Amino acid sequence: MMFAVAIIAVLLALTLTVWRALKGPTVFDRLLAANSVGTGAILLLALFGFMTGRPEFLDLGLTYVLLNIIGTLAVLKYFRYGSLAHGGEDEETET
Amino acid sequence: MAAMVINGVIDGLSWILLVAGGFFYLVGAIGLVRMPDVFTRMHAGSLSDTLGAGLLIAGMVLQAGPTLVAAKLIIILGVLLFTGAVATHALARAALQDKMHPLVSIPGKGKLIEMAAEDAVVPVTDLVPMARIKNRLNPGGSKP
Repeated sequence: MMFAVAIIAVLLALTLTVWRALKGPTVFDRLLAANSVGTGAILLLALFGFMTGRPEFLDLGLTYVLLNIIGTLAVLKYFRYGSLAHGGEDEETET
Repeated sequence: MAAMVINGVIDGLSWILLVAGGFFYLVGAIGLVRMPDVFTRMHAGSLSDTLGAGLLIAGMVLQAGPTLVAAKLIIILGVLLFTGAVATHALARAALQDKMHPLVSIPGKGKLIEMAAEDAVVPVTDLVPMARIKNRLNPGGSKP
């Protein structure tokens, strides 16, 4: 029961976050929302596992949390340099 | 008898932690939708990534007891805390290098301008933080 309440809250939050990811005017808004969706998916997975009495789903959550940061950084690098293989030597120091 | 009392106390604490975590997670998502530009949205998103996820996982750890499941939950929370900070830092740096500037407000005008924009004639020391803005403008963000 307590997990059902938390699952409903996380689902509502995921709805709002997906809305921002679809609407977000810049690519950074979309990336921030995508990162939040990843976190929400991990929490949803853990809460659902607890609610159905099968906490083994947490191993999947561990994988997701490691993939989440890699995905965010990869997309950021792609939009900065236009290629994932770029070495980044000519990075601007002045921001 | 004592075991029943302890179980009741743990269940009550779990209820409080899970409901509070869900509340803060939802508040962070609302901020992600309502805030006016990308930097303030990062601020709101970090709330749900740290306080929301932390409280939710603490509630689940209490329900799991001292088992391997609790250890996995704590590892997930630790990795989330580290990677959230790294991802937000990288996002903010990339946004700044993409010539985006945070919105600031002019005192007494209730108007948001882009920091270091061409029409920003007010010196930076006269600007007040975003917390006291009265009316929002340009809800779509600072760049088209």
